[in-house]
Formats: sequence, C-alpha cells, structure tokens
Amino acid sequence: MSAEEKSMSIIVTKGSLDWAYPPFILATTAAAMGLPVTMFFTFYGLPLLLKDLKLQLTAAGNPAMKMPMMGGHMGLPNLLTAIPGVDAACSKMMKNLMNKKGVAPIEELRDLAIEAEVRLIACQMTMDLFEYSLDDMIEGPELGGAATYIEVATQSDINLFI
Amino acid sequence: MADHTLDAKGLNCPLPILKAKKALKEVPTAGTLEILATDPGSVADFEAFCRQTGHELMEHSEDGGTYRFLIKKTA
Repeated sequence: MSAEEKSMSIIVTKGSLDWAYPPFILATTAAAMGLPVTMFFTFYGLPLLLKDLKLQLTAAGNPAMKMPMMGGHMGLPNLLTAIPGVDAACSKMMKNLMNKKGVAPIEELRDLAIEAEVRLIACQMTMDLFEYSLDDMIEGPELGGAATYIEVATQSDINLFI
Repeated sequence: MADHTLDAKGLNCPLPILKAKKALKEVPTAGTLEILATDPGSVADFEAFCRQTGHELMEHSEDGGTYRFLIKKTA
C-alpha cells in the first residue's frame, strides 16, 4: 500500500478548545503518514487560524464533560455553567489537565501542521461575515470558497467534516 | 544500537508519531530509530504508522510502563 496515493481533507467548523483537537490531531498525523492534507476553515472553525488563540470550552449543555477530580469524575449542572467565569475556569482546568497528561497545546499542533505543509484554506465568506482580514491570521492560509473545497474533495480519498 | 533515539516519554497522542516522523528525517535510509514512549496507545499507532509509511517496525517491547520501538527507515 502506497501512502502517496491517499489524501485527506477536513472541513473545520468549530473553534472551541475541545473541538479544535480532532481536526488538528488528524491533519498532523495524516501528514506524518505521508498523506497530502487540506483543512478548510469555515464558520466557527475560522478563528482557529487567528494569530492569537484564546480557546475556551463551554460547559453548558455538555453532559459528557466530566473532569477527573478527587478520585472520581465531576461535571457541572447546567444552571451553574451560566455563572460568569465558569467557562474560563473550566477552560483553565482543562488546559492544566492537558498539560499534565502531555497533550499538545493547539498552537503546537497548528505549527506542526504548517511545518508538515498541510494546506490551509480560510473560507472567504466567513472572513467577510465575521469581518476578519488575512492580517489577523497566521502566515500560510489561502482564501477560498465552496468550489475551492469541492475541487479538493473530489481529489481526496478521505473527506471529513468536523 | 540505533542510529537515533527519540525520547517521547510523557507525550500523548499524536505527539510520539509526529516527533518520530520528524526524527526519521535525521536517520539515513536503512538506518534505525529507537523511540521511547509512555503512551499505551502508541503501540497500535506505531504499528499503523509503519504499515502505512512502509517503514519497518523491527522490535517493540514494554518495560515498567515504558514502550520501546525500533523502526528501520526504508525510504
């Protein structure tokens, strides 16, 4: 089986701390395994290309989010998740946990993706919609739209939507 | 004795694979890379990585929670 014959694309639609991981983990790993990879950043996924990432997660409406704590696993009742500062505290706790467990920060995975020549496409429509310019973004992304992505998808063996 | 050793202990998925890929660049063709890791998931992942890339997984073993892989670079 030749790795060169396979390629992958990922549509990245979400930009919270937790949702940022799957696309960057899969893109960097696929690239390491020899696959040409394209990531298309649209809607809330687009801010993952910003120079300065301030990733947070939301505890509200996420019953599966349980942190290991005092020998067990603790979640937050929805009512408490609305208190100001709770998301920031949960995000900080998650980042500490990730650091302790040797999970790479998203910034590091993103740098590795660029180093591995993963092709990054920023959705032009989302750029307009949320009033971003390429100056706000890291070096590397090109601009494109749905047709740009579809062309990539028709040439890719694996197409993921995350 | 391996040509190169990569200490990936304490790193979690996918870092051992990504660092191994980078380390392989420093290894000559037919040379070997030794990887030390503590991520139990790295066992299945290095097998898959080698099947996909064509590099040869010559040995793997575990000693007290540390996994050791020896990969021969094929191309």
